[in-house]
Amino acid sequence: MSDRARTAQDVQDLVREGHGRILPRSGGTKSALSRAPDGVSTLDVSELRGIVSYDPSEYTFTAFPSTPLSEVEACLRESGQYLPFDPPFAGRGATLGGTVAAGLSGPERFRYGGVRDFLIGVQFVDGVGRLVHGGGKVVKNAAGFDFPKLLVGSLGRLGILVEVTFKVFPRSEAHATLRFSVGDAAAASAMVRRLASSLLDLEALDYEPHTSSNGGYVVLRVGGVEAGLRGRIQRVERFLDREADRRDDDESYWKSVRNFDWMGDGAWLLKVPLTPTRLVGLDARLEELGAVRRYSAGSQVGWIVVRDAASVLRLGTVLDELNLRGLLLDVPADQEPVSFRDLFRGAHSGSGPLADRVRHALDPNKKFAEL
Amino acid sequence: MKEHFVDQLRRIFPARRLLAGAAELAPYESDALTGFRARPRAVVLAETAEEVVQTVRLCYEHAVPFVARGSGTSLSGGSLPIEDGVVIGLNRLHRILRLDPDDRIAVVEPGTVNLAVSHAAAPHRLYYAPDPSSQSVCTIGGNVAFNSGGAHCLKYGMTANHVLGLKVVLPDGEIADLGSESLETVGPDYTGIFVGSEGLFGVALEITLRLLPKPECYRTLLAAYDSLEAAGDAVASVVASGLLPGAMEIMDRLAIEAAEAAVEAGYPREAAALLIVELEGLSEEVEAESAKLDKVIQASGAYEVRVAQDEDERLKIWKGRKSAFSAVGRLSPDYIVQDGVVPRARLGEALAEIERLGVEAKLRVANVFHAGDGNLHPLILYDGRQAGALERAEKLAGEILRVCIAMGGSITGEHGVGMEKREYLPEMFSETDIDAMETLRRSIDSKELSNRGKMFPGGDAPALTSHGPHPLEREGKLSRE
Repeated sequence: MSDRARTAQDVQDLVREGHGRILPRSGGTKSALSRAPDGVSTLDVSELRGIVSYDPSEYTFTAFPSTPLSEVEACLRESGQYLPFDPPFAGRGATLGGTVAAGLSGPERFRYGGVRDFLIGVQFVDGVGRLVHGGGKVVKNAAGFDFPKLLVGSLGRLGILVEVTFKVFPRSEAHATLRFSVGDAAAASAMVRRLASSLLDLEALDYEPHTSSNGGYVVLRVGGVEAGLRGRIQRVERFLDREADRRDDDESYWKSVRNFDWMGDGAWLLKVPLTPTRLVGLDARLEELGAVRRYSAGSQVGWIVVRDAASVLRLGTVLDELNLRGLLLDVPADQEPVSFRDLFRGAHSGSGPLADRVRHALDPNKKFAEL
Repeated sequence: MKEHFVDQLRRIFPARRLLAGAAELAPYESDALTGFRARPRAVVLAETAEEVVQTVRLCYEHAVPFVARGSGTSLSGGSLPIEDGVVIGLNRLHRILRLDPDDRIAVVEPGTVNLAVSHAAAPHRLYYAPDPSSQSVCTIGGNVAFNSGGAHCLKYGMTANHVLGLKVVLPDGEIADLGSESLETVGPDYTGIFVGSEGLFGVALEITLRLLPKPECYRTLLAAYDSLEAAGDAVASVVASGLLPGAMEIMDRLAIEAAEAAVEAGYPREAAALLIVELEGLSEEVEAESAKLDKVIQASGAYEVRVAQDEDERLKIWKGRKSAFSAVGRLSPDYIVQDGVVPRARLGEALAEIERLGVEAKLRVANVFHAGDGNLHPLILYDGRQAGALERAEKLAGEILRVCIAMGGSITGEHGVGMEKREYLPEMFSETDIDAMETLRRSIDSKELSNRGKMFPGGDAPALTSHGPHPLEREGKLSRE
């Protein structure tokens, strides 16, 4: 079953009058999060799109939630600005709202922060059909409860976004991507930790393990004013006392990283928040599983890809044992997401006394799907 | 009932840590919003998280409102006691429980002083970024409750951007663990909404903070202008150039005079406005950015430009800025400071309007503000001993907030709504918005005990009586900005 909303008012009406649970859907680029379970109807909000206002001198813009990331990025770029949280899946057609609801940021979130740090205002429809504003339209604001942050990662469970306001930053004039080969995960982890604690102020800092052999590459991106770029590169090399292998495909490389071109088709994709000291332990287990993986943003997040259902089940156990949580983003087209979601503790259930009370306040009649 | 409750508190706290006599309670009647005061029933000085939890549970059982308090530096009256309620003093809960340089986090108790975190992290060349001007005394618990800011928010964000996880006691005594030690999250960001909830969602017991590597070098530039507007325009030009300075601050004539008289920062005394711009980062980058910044500033009509040649000169520039508010305070027995925000492009217009309103109200207003993010800090001078002066100052403060709202800004950039600005919340948010916030609040705190009377309009109002500086301010430990 599916309904379509063209305006915020439509969303309010459908929430108030609808029976059964609703899952908002826009770009549908995250297959595990956009397919409605049985008994849940999809609310197509893809027509709530377009940039409402953009003022480069304020470093802010306001848009409808289904505005594609690619459209936003192109618009910002004309004024030399960008989304510093570097949202993934723009190439797949992902939207602002889906990125907020899934709580996703890309490799360059390393420098200035993630989607939670740049979403400054929201309008959403709660579970009783109220149209609620939270946050504001200026870059600094401490008035009222921070609904924008609450909705990051909320998976449509607490409200349906109808407008979003973001803070943006000037884009670096020039970039370069450097690659250093490492022998194993321990060496990679140590190098990433050193770099992340350094003064080098990198834009991105990832570890890309090889799939068929030990070790891999630590890949980093430097950026800044054109005149300082050479100096920046030299500083990294001096710091590591190694010559860098400079990639000449800087821009397209990161684009393909963000779009997960490396994961291939027909696979399960999982996001796992991490801390740098836990990378080595996790990686050993993933290697046993034969998972393809990438660690991003200075080892603050792991992206894990497995290719069969048995591996997903084992992955659930591994994360449980390591006391890590995960969010399933993709499942193959012929698989039912619901049968896998519960494997990853906490992410979907959002349990705990505060979570329960927040939910009760914003969705007392259980109108929203529980992904 | 009243005796019964305090008697039960005595079972949790030894006599020396339970204050209930009039003289003992007096220092807790007010915070840095000195115009208001209220007499609590008791003050307890907790030394363990368990004592905090027991106190909250007891309050819940007896339906006694409570407020958690650190150093009492709130400028919005956020830690004002509730008449006949309990103040839970948290200053003694000041341990840094863990500092992990590899994961770049610190886990601290709520009474930990802001600057103490950076001091503890310094051997690892790390620091805690949010820097409210009261950072040498204000506590992390209070910073969390009010989502405190500072001079570096444009680039680094506010407290909420640096808190990764929390252990909290909810208003009925239940414990909740929020967030994690990672910068990345899955599921709704409960940490994010707890920060800045002004104490209405309970008390933070343990706070996991993100630490950043210290910038390698700074370049601090001071530019003098013959009008406030020109300084405002210069900020707009810096932004338009694509630079992202760590801080951009403006001081007006009154603030400059006061700062000079107080600390002799060496500012050009005759200037109508001073702009401070600070670049920071890797030395190669800062050097390259400086060339760009110099061009922008030269073209901006500054009649004098100075660049700090060493760390001493840099600190001197900042000393004048950071002491400006307490210095302005010397010009007048009392003052109110606001922290409304306007879109950056409308700074000049907002300042002109504030000047006009000040003249109309026959009150002097000084301005020192975070220009990079449009965060104003008009300082309204008045003499509380004159009949009606406080009321006039309050009225002017309200008119300034309305200017901010009308320009599409916010009533508070970093001090929070607290007691002070709660009547203005409905001018920024609709009835439905406030209804949703109140539903959330009641769902979390059905008896409305935790920091009752803050953020939302109406309710219990402490008396508007006093005048004179905050005791910490008199000692020079606190400044209002």
